[in-house]
Amino acid sequence: MADEVIGGVLIGSAAALLWIGIGRISGMTGVTSSLFLLYERQRHWALWFVLGLILAWPMMQFAGLDTQIRITDNTGLLIAAGLLVGFGTYVSNGCTSGHGVCGMGRLSVRSLVATITFMAAGIVTVAVMNAMGVSL
Amino acid sequence: MNAVIALLSGLLFGLGLLLSGMNDPQKVRAFLDIFGNWQPELIAVMGSAVVVFFIAYRFSEGRTKPLFSATFHRPVLTAIDARLLIGAAMFGTGWGLVGLCPGPALVDLLSGHESILWFVAALLAGNRLAHYLVGPARTGNG
Repeated sequence: MADEVIGGVLIGSAAALLWIGIGRISGMTGVTSSLFLLYERQRHWALWFVLGLILAWPMMQFAGLDTQIRITDNTGLLIAAGLLVGFGTYVSNGCTSGHGVCGMGRLSVRSLVATITFMAAGIVTVAVMNAMGVSL
Repeated sequence: MNAVIALLSGLLFGLGLLLSGMNDPQKVRAFLDIFGNWQPELIAVMGSAVVVFFIAYRFSEGRTKPLFSATFHRPVLTAIDARLLIGAAMFGTGWGLVGLCPGPALVDLLSGHESILWFVAALLAGNRLAHYLVGPARTGNG
């Protein structure tokens, strides 16, 4: 449990730094959308944010910390999931970071409703897949 | 200075996702598997992150502007409408399918797993599809 708490504190601190530092919400959905709008100068921070995010993996490797992931190699499923996540987060203006961390931290009812909805959908999806005997 | 803060924040965010295990799709799916072999630990990630950001946000309410920029870009949407509910439901479904949400997918980009590349490509395509088919949410209309 300690790793989860430490990781969460780092995530919250990162969000706090971006907010107190430059007044921006660290939501991955907004950041992703901003990557397509870099002709607007005020969105350039998003590129730097993504760069830092992507560099975290090699930095962990460099520090000698083990970072393994377990993920399906079913390409069709990955594409379907990616499309749903990309489309859904754009339409609902946020994901686990924007609604789940920042929105809930702001005590936004809209973000609370979004978080409950996507968590419930995720729980149902996993339960249905298990019931159908789909294992990844 | 904006670039430096954003880079540091992104790096810190990424390290948090990696240390917590939030970037591991199977761990996320096990967290969502509450009717099966439920692994509840990840709730502590969101819980502690929310508490830290709550304190920071409270602190910011006593300030007129951020340290290195002119204004706080406060989210303005408050409506709980079909857009929010349908979008969040679609997102959650995709999240449950393979266990990836946008942040962890970006953090795992250099993991060397081809699966991540497929997911991120589809994520970007989905983002643009929604942009051109549905368009950005309008602000200020409740």
